[in-house]
Amino acid sequence: MRIKLEARGQHSKLMSYMSPIIAAVLTIFCGALLFWILDKPPLQTLHTFLIMPISDLYSITELLVKAGPIVLCAMGLSICFKANVWNIGAEGQLLMGGLVGSCTALWLLDAQGIWVLPVVLLAGILGGAAWAAIPAFLKNYCNTNEILSTIMLNYISLNILLHAVHGPLKDPDGFNFPESALFSDWQIMPIILEGTRLHLGVCFALLAMVAVWVLMSKTFIGFQLKVLGGDERSAHFVGFKEKRLVWLCLFICGGLAGLAGAGEVTGPIGQLVPNISPGYGYAAIIVAFLGRLHPLGILFAGLLMALLYMGGEMVQIQLDLPKAITGVFQGMLLLFLLICDVLIAYRLVIEKPLSKMIEEPLRIEPRAIAIEGK
Amino acid sequence: MLAIRKYCLFKVLIISLLGLGWSAIALANKHDPLKVAFVYVGPVDQAGWTYSHDQGRKYLEEKLGNKVKTTYVESVPEGADAERVITMLAKDGNKLIFTTSFGYMNPTLKVAKKFPDVKFEHASGYKRAKNVSTYFNRVYQGRYLTGILAGMMTESNLLGYVASFPIPEVVRGINAFTLGARSVNPKAEVKVVWVSSWYDPGKESDAAKTMIDMGVDVITQHTDSGGPISAAEKQDVLAIGYHSDMSVYGKKAHLTATEHNWGPHYVAKTLAVLNGTWTSEDVWGGLSDNALDLSTHHKDTPRHYSSVVKHTKSLIAQGKLHPFAGPIKDQSGKVRIPAGKAMSDGEMLGMKWYVEGVQGKLPK
Amino acid sequence: MDIDLIANILFATVRMGTPLLIVAIGELVCEKSGVLNLGQEGMMLMGAVVGFMIAFHTDSLFIGFIGAVAAGVLMALLFAVITMNFYANQVATGLALTILGVGLSGFIGRGYVGEALSSVDFQIPLLSSIPFFGKALFSHDLLVYISIGLAITVYWFFKSTRAGLVVKAVGESPESAQSLGLSVLKVRYLAIIFGGAMAGLAGGYLSLIDTPLWAENMTAGRGWIALALVVFASWRVERAVLGAYLFGFMSIMHMVLQSFGLSVSSNLLATLPYVATVVVLVLLSRNQQRIKLFAPMSLGKSFHSAH
Repeated sequence: MRIKLEARGQHSKLMSYMSPIIAAVLTIFCGALLFWILDKPPLQTLHTFLIMPISDLYSITELLVKAGPIVLCAMGLSICFKANVWNIGAEGQLLMGGLVGSCTALWLLDAQGIWVLPVVLLAGILGGAAWAAIPAFLKNYCNTNEILSTIMLNYISLNILLHAVHGPLKDPDGFNFPESALFSDWQIMPIILEGTRLHLGVCFALLAMVAVWVLMSKTFIGFQLKVLGGDERSAHFVGFKEKRLVWLCLFICGGLAGLAGAGEVTGPIGQLVPNISPGYGYAAIIVAFLGRLHPLGILFAGLLMALLYMGGEMVQIQLDLPKAITGVFQGMLLLFLLICDVLIAYRLVIEKPLSKMIEEPLRIEPRAIAIEGK
Repeated sequence: MLAIRKYCLFKVLIISLLGLGWSAIALANKHDPLKVAFVYVGPVDQAGWTYSHDQGRKYLEEKLGNKVKTTYVESVPEGADAERVITMLAKDGNKLIFTTSFGYMNPTLKVAKKFPDVKFEHASGYKRAKNVSTYFNRVYQGRYLTGILAGMMTESNLLGYVASFPIPEVVRGINAFTLGARSVNPKAEVKVVWVSSWYDPGKESDAAKTMIDMGVDVITQHTDSGGPISAAEKQDVLAIGYHSDMSVYGKKAHLTATEHNWGPHYVAKTLAVLNGTWTSEDVWGGLSDNALDLSTHHKDTPRHYSSVVKHTKSLIAQGKLHPFAGPIKDQSGKVRIPAGKAMSDGEMLGMKWYVEGVQGKLPK
Repeated sequence: MDIDLIANILFATVRMGTPLLIVAIGELVCEKSGVLNLGQEGMMLMGAVVGFMIAFHTDSLFIGFIGAVAAGVLMALLFAVITMNFYANQVATGLALTILGVGLSGFIGRGYVGEALSSVDFQIPLLSSIPFFGKALFSHDLLVYISIGLAITVYWFFKSTRAGLVVKAVGESPESAQSLGLSVLKVRYLAIIFGGAMAGLAGGYLSLIDTPLWAENMTAGRGWIALALVVFASWRVERAVLGAYLFGFMSIMHMVLQSFGLSVSSNLLATLPYVATVVVLVLLSRNQQRIKLFAPMSLGKSFHSAH
């Protein structure tokens, strides 16, 4: 008896929805096992990990604040991945957006008026988009693999940011510490809910969700991107301009990531510091996959990812578990998802060994005799 | 009539029960341990910055027993997350919170505004508020002493400094080390390599190796890991640690280390909160307050070197010697501090130039 | 600039380049069979942490190295099962492996941060005392010489053995290979495992000899640079050796320049290896014919066996 994977005729729609859920359940189960191995009460730890971070209003707003930049990046990434453009550089594009946005904010530090913040955010968007234009150019005109170029650019952008915050953008009144001056009140994201850190940037994530959904499912460009991702040669035959599509999806992704970065420096942080992202760009990759590259899925996946981050903090504070536990959960979740995804295109079949089938004798029903012998 | 009296009696009973309960709660609260929390920027290692703070925390627990209950959160990144962690600690009932890294400065202030009855102590910062104090150690005093030892022990007259970021605190340390070395060995020079990190064993070790390859025979560091020490051990040169005794990384190489001693400060501040005498201030502890010390010298250190260091240490502790007392020249030969004058605290806090004897230019 | 200094720089270049070379060779073999494994960082870190843990408890570097290699192999097996048996996308799985490896290594290594190992010294007796060449060429750790030996072995493997030809065939056209009776699955499994073993070995080198300490994320992007190296090398071993030492040189340059007293921003200098990688990638990929000529045809594509 063997268990085999057999190709289905069509992709199972049921499994497309069930797969992330099964993956999540498997991850939680393995997590509980992990806690048990570490001598922590599994159920209580799971509760601290998954339930406590959403147990009061402050925590819920923190969840949204954390999920915001991740969801923004993931929205952009979903467009790229659908078109088979493997942009791993969301982190670098986010950092660039934060950097360029900060430059603009510091340049406009004394400016007054409601127009200041939008200009800063716009600068951030353009910064991220420009950074994403580099791998787009390299892919289109130099055939450079975008996975490697975007990863390298991530490291480069981090170092440029460090250089800036230690040098040119340093606060002149800051005793030579590596931080920029605090942004003025006109440059800070307005808070939506008094007493929390819930800021306007979170709404941008929702807007992006709607925009991306419209783009991908209702416009011709979205269709072209999907065809490009499905089969490059078909796209070419039908006359879709591949180069333009590559530019477009990288621009959009870079712009959204840049907005996320600018949102962080004008929102929760309020200045430029060396550490503006604890890996949002990389988490966004997982979120994009988890959400099946669909805007609504990404929203939920983003919230789950933020929950994992916050849960990791809570179990650290309350139960003395190590910080790296968040990374373990994230990795497990993605791996389980990849495994469960198999069941969309394939089904599990139990094969009976050939010998057993031959052994079953042929049976001839004695019907004729019965009718005759009335 | 009886009913009314019964009713009155009943009311009195209720009120006195409530009163008893209330005072019981108040009494219990008074004896509830004070919750004190610590926010660390790195993991609690065997040695290093965070380790030294955790030692202080343990000292606090030891000294004040069940009057306090301490918590800590380690490896909190210095960014948007810090504010949330500090807020959660405040919400959790902690009344005194120590945030032990410069990057927590603005998050601490933001949370302090929202929790006016919680006291915050921020290490190595410069902004205060009604309920936010700052504190740090006069590490430069320790650096000066280790410089003396390095200057005496070096044979190549080249000393190496593995530095993190070009902030005044680090520059101050480099300068103090150089001044100390040249006070006993005018030919000594100091090379500096910046690793752009507080904690990166690989890079720190590479930086040390690079300088050792260039002839340096005593390494010191303003970074957190044992990387430079183990690099020195492997290449048979000497090393001076930081934050705490780092000899575990290299028994042959470890000459000494500048150690922090946060314990007494933590006890003093906790007692102040318990007694209601806490005020916002800037505490910059030195050798005279026992806030720092040098770890035991390497067993092969010549006796009279150690006694020179010991003697100088007591001079500094008594205030008779200031590491940054003039005449001090900068790299161009210009006299920055004239003879007879010493640098003020303010001047030291904003130090942005190298003294004579340091090789290379200070990155802007 | 004196001769001693140049010798020291060469020494440092080889030291920095060795882990890159080991990982690159492993991934090169893996890619030759048609599999793109992006999980190098994760595998290296697991190798580093497991190697460190075992060496710490057994006081033996050798057993530590065995542990490091085993950890790399286990991670690679995970990748192999998910991509070969479950037909999952190789790029996504490799990324997932990296994320898991980074998190898991930090997790299990937590108790070992700050611990120290007794370091071991190794020098070739007479040769290392030769004035210039002694320091530059003959004073390295054993693993450096092993890495060169590996490079030579793999070069010979692909050039003159039948097994090497089989691997290349599977990489170029798995369908044809299968119709010839070769087991594509088996060949790829072996190639993936070899890649994992190399990544684990390189990780072990970092935590057991190079530093020797454990710190979260201590590979600092070397896995990604190694992936770029394989492209840089046009999937040829001799080029991989050159590339690895070139990048090693870049990595050490910014510290060397600082020790000379040059005051270029250390952050901008630190981008050198990454900028160099991009430049090299661009220069190489420009010629599309050339990439097509050298890249294994089935690289990254899932293979579904006919039965």
